[in-house]
Amino acid sequence: MKTSLWRAALRKSLAVCFAVTAGGALAESRHVRAAGGVPEAKFEYCTTCHGPSAQGFRGYYVMPRLAGQQTLYLENQLHAFLEQRRLNAVMANVAHGITTEMIPGLAERMHALNPPPVGGAPTADVALGREIFTNGLPDQNVPACSACHGPDAKGQREIPRLAGQLYWYMTYTLSIWSKERGQGGRQDISWIMRPTVENLTTKQIQAIAEYVSALK
Amino acid sequence: MRPIVTNLAAVALALVAVGPVLADELPIRNCTWCHGTSAQGLTVAPRLAGQREDYVVHQLQSFAAHKRDDFLAEKYMWSATANLDPDTARNLAAYFSSLTPRAAGDGESELVAEGRAIFENGVPTENIAACQACHGPEGQGVREIPRLGGLSYNYLKQRLEQWNEGHDALAAPMPKVAKSLSPNRIAALASFLSFVGGETAEK
Repeated sequence: MKTSLWRAALRKSLAVCFAVTAGGALAESRHVRAAGGVPEAKFEYCTTCHGPSAQGFRGYYVMPRLAGQQTLYLENQLHAFLEQRRLNAVMANVAHGITTEMIPGLAERMHALNPPPVGGAPTADVALGREIFTNGLPDQNVPACSACHGPDAKGQREIPRLAGQLYWYMTYTLSIWSKERGQGGRQDISWIMRPTVENLTTKQIQAIAEYVSALK
Repeated sequence: MRPIVTNLAAVALALVAVGPVLADELPIRNCTWCHGTSAQGLTVAPRLAGQREDYVVHQLQSFAAHKRDDFLAEKYMWSATANLDPDTARNLAAYFSSLTPRAAGDGESELVAEGRAIFENGVPTENIAACQACHGPEGQGVREIPRLGGLSYNYLKQRLEQWNEGHDALAAPMPKVAKSLSPNRIAALASFLSFVGGETAEK
């Protein structure tokens, strides 16, 4: 009796693993197929604000680094802007000129870029930033950023790269997280960050931003 | 005799009241000669009052290095900055940026609505970026990005046309931005911006 239950469980888990892997492979090939489809003019339009190598730019508003960003993260953000689940006045306008067909190709183009970080951030609290990034703040219920974003802050899958992100963008986005993102409801993936951003103080956010903004 | 003394006293008081730097310590007359006695701009010379300090410094450096190479820059500003030392340049920039800017208000009123739409939203379907992303919602600029609000219609139009012609290619991203703009849109933007009030000269 026990053996057959075990076998059934094993078969089921193998089936699930296979499905997930196959699904993942399908998703990958969808990205690759569409990669060549983005018009050059549209890519150039993005770089007008985000920088010639998508390194980010600090204008009156801060335009974040897109270079080297995780493709799935970029795709999710573009969909969120299109569907108004992420509210941002500048990007809401940009979305009027973006179709869903363009999204995978744009994400691939940005992901492939690798300029050095823009830098220019303050450095007074870099050590604190590294400490929080690496070990979290257990007493404040803040997990180590590295646990999900990677020890090199390059991210993975839908979890964004933070390495080289603009200091002023990091401080901005972490401070207005729930006002801008996840407007579609609790199923939005950005809700995962809510408890963490709410448990961080302003100074801690600045420290983390100082640390990651210098990472290559 | 008394009226002359009173007038002289009034002028002296005015000069003292003008700002943190006394008018005769800085050679501002070398600038206001063309840019207008109140630095609000005069014919082709743009308003300097209320302009971003870092932007002014960069432009002065750019003129001196012959990087900003449009026709009027070469004709007037290259020689104007040939003997300008960095400290004086920075002090001049600080002085002019502290003055309250006035809007030129010399654009075409019928084009203002179209100009505002382009300034605030760009034209995303034609890959034209929204100017306010960098220049701010009131065209006020920030840090090294210039204040556009209230500059004269002709000056704004000329700058966009110059970038379209390939001048000053290092002023990224403006050459690319200008190339995306048609003459009608340039006129609309320049018209809208010429009316944008610049009462506050906050940094």
